[in-house]
Formats: sequence, structure tokens, C-alpha cells
Amino acid sequence: MDNNDFRPDPDELLASLKLEEEKSKRGKLKIFFGMCAGVGKTYTMLKTAHAEKAKNNDIVIGYIETHNRKETNELVEGFEVIPRKNFQYKTAMVQEMDLDAIIARKPQIVIVDELAHTNAPGSRHSKRFQDVREILDSGINVYTTLNVQHLESRSDTVSQITGIIIRETIPDEIFETADEIEVIDLTPDELLQRMAEGKVYTQERSKEAVANFFRKGNITALREMALRLVADRVDKQLHDYMQLKRIKGPWKSGLHLLVAVSHTQQSARLLRWAKNLSYTMGGDLQAIYVETAYKLNSREKDQLNKNVTLARQLGIKLRFVTNSDMVKAIVDFAQKENITHIIIGKPRVRNLVNLLRLSNFLNKLIRYSGNIDLYILGSDIQTREKFKKNISFPSFTSKFHQYLVTSFIIIITALIFFLLTDYIGYQVVSFALLFVVSILAFFFGRGPILLAATLSAMIWDYFFIPPPYTLHVDRPEDMLMLIMFFIIALLNGVLTSRIKIQEMKIRVREERTNALYQLTKELSTATGVEEVLSIAKNDISKYFKLRSRILLRNESNQLDFSSQNDKEIHLSGNDLSVASWTFQHSAKAGKNTDTLPSCNFTFYPLKGNQMNLGVIAVQQVKIFTQGEEQFWEAFISQISGKLEREFLRNMARQAFLLTESDKLYKTLFNSISHELRIPVATIMGASDSLLSTHHPFEVQNELSQEIFKASKRLNRLIENLLNMSRLESGRITPLLDWCDIHDLINKVAENLRDELAPFNLHIVIPDDMPFVKIDFGLMEQVLHNLLYNATQYALGSENLRVKAFFDNGFLTLQVMDRGPGFQRNELPLIFNKFYRVEGSKAGGTGLGLSIAKGFVEAHKGTIAVENRQNGGAKFTIKIPTEILQEEIN
Amino acid sequence: MDQNANFQELILIIDDEVQIRRLLEITLSSEGYKITEAATGKEGLVAAATHNPSLIILDLGLPDVDGSELLKKLREWFHKPIIILSVRNLEADIIEALDNGADDFLAKPFRTGELLARVRSALRKRQVASEIPFLTFGSLTIDLPNHIARKNGEIIKLTSTEFSLLALLAQNSGRVLTHQSILKEIWGFGYIGQTQYLRVFVAQLRKKIEDDPSKPKLLLTESGIGYRFQE
Repeated sequence: MDNNDFRPDPDELLASLKLEEEKSKRGKLKIFFGMCAGVGKTYTMLKTAHAEKAKNNDIVIGYIETHNRKETNELVEGFEVIPRKNFQYKTAMVQEMDLDAIIARKPQIVIVDELAHTNAPGSRHSKRFQDVREILDSGINVYTTLNVQHLESRSDTVSQITGIIIRETIPDEIFETADEIEVIDLTPDELLQRMAEGKVYTQERSKEAVANFFRKGNITALREMALRLVADRVDKQLHDYMQLKRIKGPWKSGLHLLVAVSHTQQSARLLRWAKNLSYTMGGDLQAIYVETAYKLNSREKDQLNKNVTLARQLGIKLRFVTNSDMVKAIVDFAQKENITHIIIGKPRVRNLVNLLRLSNFLNKLIRYSGNIDLYILGSDIQTREKFKKNISFPSFTSKFHQYLVTSFIIIITALIFFLLTDYIGYQVVSFALLFVVSILAFFFGRGPILLAATLSAMIWDYFFIPPPYTLHVDRPEDMLMLIMFFIIALLNGVLTSRIKIQEMKIRVREERTNALYQLTKELSTATGVEEVLSIAKNDISKYFKLRSRILLRNESNQLDFSSQNDKEIHLSGNDLSVASWTFQHSAKAGKNTDTLPSCNFTFYPLKGNQMNLGVIAVQQVKIFTQGEEQFWEAFISQISGKLEREFLRNMARQAFLLTESDKLYKTLFNSISHELRIPVATIMGASDSLLSTHHPFEVQNELSQEIFKASKRLNRLIENLLNMSRLESGRITPLLDWCDIHDLINKVAENLRDELAPFNLHIVIPDDMPFVKIDFGLMEQVLHNLLYNATQYALGSENLRVKAFFDNGFLTLQVMDRGPGFQRNELPLIFNKFYRVEGSKAGGTGLGLSIAKGFVEAHKGTIAVENRQNGGAKFTIKIPTEILQEEIN
Repeated sequence: MDQNANFQELILIIDDEVQIRRLLEITLSSEGYKITEAATGKEGLVAAATHNPSLIILDLGLPDVDGSELLKKLREWFHKPIIILSVRNLEADIIEALDNGADDFLAKPFRTGELLARVRSALRKRQVASEIPFLTFGSLTIDLPNHIARKNGEIIKLTSTEFSLLALLAQNSGRVLTHQSILKEIWGFGYIGQTQYLRVFVAQLRKKIEDDPSKPKLLLTESGIGYRFQE
């Protein structure tokens, strides 16, 4: 056989690697598993713990329930016990495991007894297994105990066997993903013996217990269940191993199960059963819910939500599909997902219509499912009876007055035509009534339409079809017509109302898609976290009618509570701690969730791809339906995505600024230290010379000149640095004021009088040059820098030219020299900070042009440089500006 | 300048920098002024009250009080010239100080020549009674009572607004006038902020009174602050 056939599925491999990786980070969970109380789980756990302690492992007791059993009590000694947390619940003081203390203590292993325990209200989590998860997440190993009846998928069966309803259950997933299971087995006789000896309960309670729960038959059944479960687990592990290591063997897998879930209570059982089946068969399991035109009443909605939650607890992936044809939806999905087995529940059959419907459904399913196996699970008497009470004919949900109105309209129509019947004949009346029924179908539900159809048929028969005033029909064609009338009226009504419901669903979907689209669109144009937040808040209130508040992370990856400026939702200290929990665990918490449900708000994590961004708090009025929840999740994931992009952009910008400022600092240091030293050296030297030696007047004068020049150079440097830092800090906002360009250029020329002395400066300004709006000070600096540069680099040439004109909304300023110009490759670089043209003479920091550029850009203008045709450089500044239009005299 | 002419003038320097005080003292006393110094705002206030100086040179950046606050306090009773000295060459600070009653300003670093000129014109302004009807600046003479200005002896045609502007600047010659104070004085309160008027009239005035309007020698621009009429 080809080797390729043994190749493991890369996806599976990846999944198992990921799982392993996750596991290695998490603490390991060891479950001491037994068939029922009294087999010695806690005892064995403590024994094992002692052995670990002997190996110098740091092991503490987080929670233990010794039931005052003597042997167990003795074993507790020698361990550090984390004190339980006391807190007030209503009037009573309750004790629970102190989760935070355990995590803070961070031992290697913690002992937490009774995994299935339900925490007292007011605890962080409603169930202990959630506490354990959190402990595991923080990297601490956990030893715990569990009885078989507490497994979600087994609880039903145990109830059936023992007649006791099991309230405390844990999701199967916990058991399945536990790193180690140690089964504590005892024969039923041994157990009963121990009970009799009072080793489990006190003598009194023992008798009671033996009579109720601990009957030998029960114990045997439970034992079998526990052992099989563990055996299955071993089997599965072997299978996983084989699959991973490409061992060819009796592959059970390749089995993909699909269970079809409905809104009935029966589906809950179906889910558990399917879970067991898939576990035994070693196949994977998915569930599907088909949303049809059928409208759920509130009780059914509740049950559906329960079923969905159950599926999640059982670790079953549940898909929602919308299709009016249930069979087609299931089969299509099954084919797409390579399903090998479809599991459905056998629907209840109460009457002929249901029977017809059922056989139709089953037939279709059998016909279309092709080579896919079908499992049909029988319905159960107990649930059926319970269910019967809940039954309401769902189609007839229309209000009473709707029935009244439809009847009234039919009667009025009949009355009108009854008066006309002599002129138009009785047959036409049927069309008129049919017409009215069709019209009514647009406005009313299925029930009133059925009534209208029946009523109109009877009226027509009684009042119109001869002989009148009897239900009797003489002519066979009239009989035929009457039957056809009834069928058409009914069909019409039913079809229309179905279309209406479908339409409504589509509209809801459309609205949601539209809302998402709107959100995406608004977010795409938003810039900055603040804007994203306000869009999010608005859209949440618009589409969900919810008040919300978003808390974001800060730089140290904590939630930032400082933004308490929100008046709408005020979070108390307690709420904030729930928010923190949500943020750290990226799971929802608060009201209507499993975690900290006593809180007033519901918190959802805002998760990005790479980081947690924050938490959104909403004041939920009612629990989301499944569809709403999906919509909500899509909604907040859009928001998270955008927020993450904003955060990443900010981080990138900060990183960029940091490297920039680092570079700046280094360059500054190199450049400035040189630039500072030269004039300082000059000043020191010259003044020292003036002080120590009595020079002739001319020399004194010359030295003073040097000092003056050096200080001017220093001053220029300082000005440049100050301007640069103003630019760097982004605090430059031009103060625009009317400016006479003549004035500006003259002023610059006046300031540079000394430097300009060797040149001919030509100032070219058209006569009709208007006043422009610029910041005089900034532009003076720009022009000063350009002109000063020209005097320094074009030395030896004669002419300098400054040109200004206004054209098409732009002020243009040009500075031209006849110096050497620039090397072609230098042209793009010369506005860079600290860039200095190669071979340029000493003095200068390479800041002048970048400052000029910064100031021009602060005016929203541009600055460019080019070489002139006959040599020299030409700087061109273009600034958008308004000009003075009004005449002033 | 004749040293004796400045003999009675006492100048108070309020600056926390010893070096600047020292420099001012040397420069000013060499011109014959008497000097007294204060290193803090409080000392300065006390010194001003004690010595009643003819002029105060005030640094805006003082360690104990804000210079502009001190200026306001001084102006409550001190009506003689105050020149502001500031490293802050930000126009807004200077304009604020001028509007709060300072007579002139000097940005550090400054040239000593400039300092002396400012001090002189500030002191002289006090000496020159505003009644003096004739003002002369080189070839320009201004006959205030008759609203006539002459250049090289020839009458310059000026509109009444132009003459008012010229007269205002000339009467405060050597001293900087902020844009807003000129607008307020010539056009009235409603025109504050309407600098375009000022630009138009300054440009027109320059064409009429300057030898070379592109190199003004009389009507000078103080970037971003206002105008100064050169003595």
C-alpha cells in the first residue's frame, strides 16, 4: 500500500500540537474518579499527595471535605491548608474555597475536593469546576475527585437507574481533557461492608443511604458505567496515539456524527445520548439546528437556549442553519461536512397530521440522505408527559382580536354580496370571498386565516349555494367548487403567512447584515481610539438598544479604569473587579453568565488577534437569543478588530517616535557638541586674551568682533534647536494674520544685512501682489533660513533673487542663488534633519532646511528644491492662502 | 551722549540672573545712569516703592512671581516706563506684557546698543510733553496742530487716517506699538483684529514718507507684534 495512506491529517496534527502546547502552559488536572461516594477517592487522593510531598513537591490543600472520616482526617495532617473564604450570603455566613488565595500562593499542586460542587451564590463562579479551570490556567496542577453520576452526559442515565435527580453536573469536556484519571474501584460488596462499618457515613445515615441510593443493583450499574467510561477513555487515548503516530490499525475514526437538535426538551436527551455514542464510536460530533419559518414561543425559545448551552457544555459544535426545508438543510450540511451518521430524535406522534408530517419527514430524510447512516432515537414517556403541559398550538399564536376582526370582515363581505347575489349570481361570490381571504393573509397569522377560510366556505355553502339556508349542496359541480374553494382558501392563507414569516426572518437578517455593514463602514473611516469608542457606543445603543461602556487596556496590559467620565453606566468597585476578570480570562462574565452572575452588568471581552483590548460592559435587559448572541459577537468582534488596529498603529507610532528620538538624540549629541564647542572655544580664547594681555585697540576690537560672531553663531544654534523642538513636539500652529509680502522680505533682508552685503539681492514682487494670510514670525524664519543658506553656500557668486507671487489660491515664494547647486542624489535628502551637504563648510547643524520645511508644512504648504539651468539652487515654497479681497481706503 | 544728562536717572533692574544684572549694570552705568537691582519679584516691588526709579527693566521669568503679574501690580501705581526683558521671544508673551502696560520690550539675547536706545527713548518720551507741536525725523517734519507732514520741505498728501497713524507712531517714536493698540487708537474698538487695515495704511504711508519703501528706515516692522517709529 502506498505510504501516503498512513499520513496523519495535517489539520489533526496541528490541532493536537496546539492542544499539547496549551496543556503544557496550563496546570495538569488529575481526577480521582469513582462510581459513587465512599469508595475512597479523597483518601486515595491524599495518599498520593503524601507521596508527592515526600518527593519535595510543593503541595497544599485548597479545599477538602473529610466528612469526618477518621482515616481521611489523619491524612490531612502535615499539609498546608489554605483557609476558606467566609462571606455573607443573605443572612447566613457561607464558606467557600478561596480561589484568589490559592492562585496567589501558587503551589505546584493544589488539592481541590469535589469537582462537581456548586458554589454559594455570590461567589465568582457558579461552579467549582470553573474555579479549577482558573487555577489550571494560572499554571497550578490540581488534584480533584469526581463521581460518575456528576458527568453531564451520564447524569440522565444515573437518574434513570437510581431515580434520583442529579443537580450537580460538570461538562464532559473537563473529564475528557483531564490529564490523568485515576479510577478508584471497589466491589459493591466491599463498599456495602464499609458502609455497614460506618466508615462512610454515620451508622444512622448509612442505613438511610443504603436503602435509597446504595442498593447493590445501583452500585453495580454505576460501577459498570464508571469502568466503561475509563475504558473508553483509554481506548480513545490509544486511538489518538495511533492516529498521531501513523500506526495502521483498526481505525474507528473517519466517523463524523451529526445530531439534529430542535427546541424540544427531548433534544437535550438526544444530545447526551449522541455524545455517549460518539465517544464510544470514537467519531467526532456536531450538532445542527435548523431555523425554519416556524415561530418559536417563549417557552420553546427557553428550551432552545438550554439545549444550546448543553451542547456547549458537552463540547459539541452547534451550527445554526436557516432553511424552510429541514431535511434539505440537514442533508446539505451533512454532505458538506462529510457526515457519516445523522442522529435524530423520534418526534412525538399525537395525531394524524403529526403522523403524516413525521412520515413525510422521515421518508424524505431516508431518501435524500443516501449513504449516510440514520439513527433515530425513541422518545421517552416521562419527558413527553412533562412536555404535554407545555404544548400550545404554535401556529395559533395570533391574538384573540385577530380572529374577531377576520370573522367580522368575512361576514361583512358576505353581507354585501348577499344583497347583490340576485344580480351577479352565487358563483362569483366565491371568488370575492377567496379574494378577501387572500388579502387577509397579508395581515394576519395562520390561525385567523384558517378560521376565515372555513367560515367563508360555510357561509358560501349555507347562504349562497342552492338550496340556500342549508349546508346541503345539490349539484355535484357546486360540491366540487366548494371543496376547491376551501382548499384554495386554506392554501392561500397558509402560504402567504409562511412567506410573511420567512420574509420577517430575512428582514431581521438583512437588518443585522446592514447594521454590521454600517458599523464596518463607520469604523473604516474612524481615526483614533476615541472616535472608535463613540461609534461603538452609538451603534450598540442603536442596534441593540443597550447602554454600554467600554474599558480599555493600558500600556501595562491592565484594564484602565481611569476613564470614569461615563455618566450612563457607573461601575462600582465590585463591577470593576468583574471587568478585570473578564479582561484577564477573555471570557464573558457578570449578569446572565456562569461567572459572577450576581453583578448588575454583563461584561464581554474585546479580543483581538494578538491581544486583549478591553472589556465592554452592557446593561442587559434580557438574555440574548441565539441569533442575537451571534449578531452581538460579530458586532463586538468588528469593534475589537478596529480597536486592535488602532492600538497597534499607536504602538507602531510610539516605537517609531522612540527610535526617531533615539536617532535624534545621537545625532544631536554628535552634531551639537561640535557646534557648541567651536563658538565657546572662540569666546573663551578671545576673552581670556583680552583679560590677560593688554592689546592695542585694533586687536581688542578684533577679538571683541570674534566674540560677538561666536555668540551670534551660538544664538543661531539655540534658535534652531528651539524651533526644532517646537516642531518635534507638534505644537506649531500658525497664527494666520494679514501680511504684506514686501514687509516680510524686507524684514528678512534687513536682519541678514551683514550676510547679504557681498550680494546683489533682487526682490521681485508683482505690483498687484495681494495681502496674504500667513504667520509672519514662522515665515520670516523660513525665509531667513533659506536666504542665510544661500549666503553661506553661494558665496562667490553675485546675484540672489527672492521672488513672490500669488496664483490660483497659492502664495509662491522662491529663493534662487547662483552657487554650486546640489548633487542630483542629494536633492531628496536635503530637507532631512541633520543632513548636511557633503563637503559643506564648518558651522551649521543641518537643521535650517528641515525647520523651514516643518514651518511651511505647518501652513499646509510644500517646499521643493531644484537646480537652476545655468547653475545654482532654487527653493520654491507654495502655501495655500486666502487673499484680501476688500478695498480699503 | 553726555554722561551728566543721565545723572539723576535711576534705573531699577529686576532679574534673577546675576550675569544679566551685571551686564546691564555695566552697560547702563557707563552711560551715566544710576542703578539699583533686585533678584526677585518681591524685592523688585519693594525696591520700586523705596527708590521710585525713573525706569524699570523687568525680566518676565522670575523665580518667585510671574513677571506679567508683577507688571500688573507695578502698574497699579508705577506710571513711569517699564521695559520688559525676556528670553521668551514668543510674540504672545510680549504682546500681553505690552498690553498690560509695558512700554517696550527686549528679547534676550540683545545688543547693548539696542538696549540703550530703548532706555533712552522710554525716558525721553516721559520728558517730551505731548504738547510739542512739531516733530522732526531726518527730512520728515510733522506739524501736529495743522495736520501737515513735510518731506524735504514739501507737503506730503496724506488722508486723515494716514495722518492720524503717522502722528500716533511719531509721538511714540522709538517705542513699539502693538497692532491692536494702533487699531484701537486710530479706528476704534470695533476694528481690533482687523489687521488688514493697518497693513494697507502702513504700506501707503511707507510709500509717502520713506526714501526707499522697500528698505524702511522710519516705520519699522516688529515681527508679529506691531510697529515702531524710528527716532
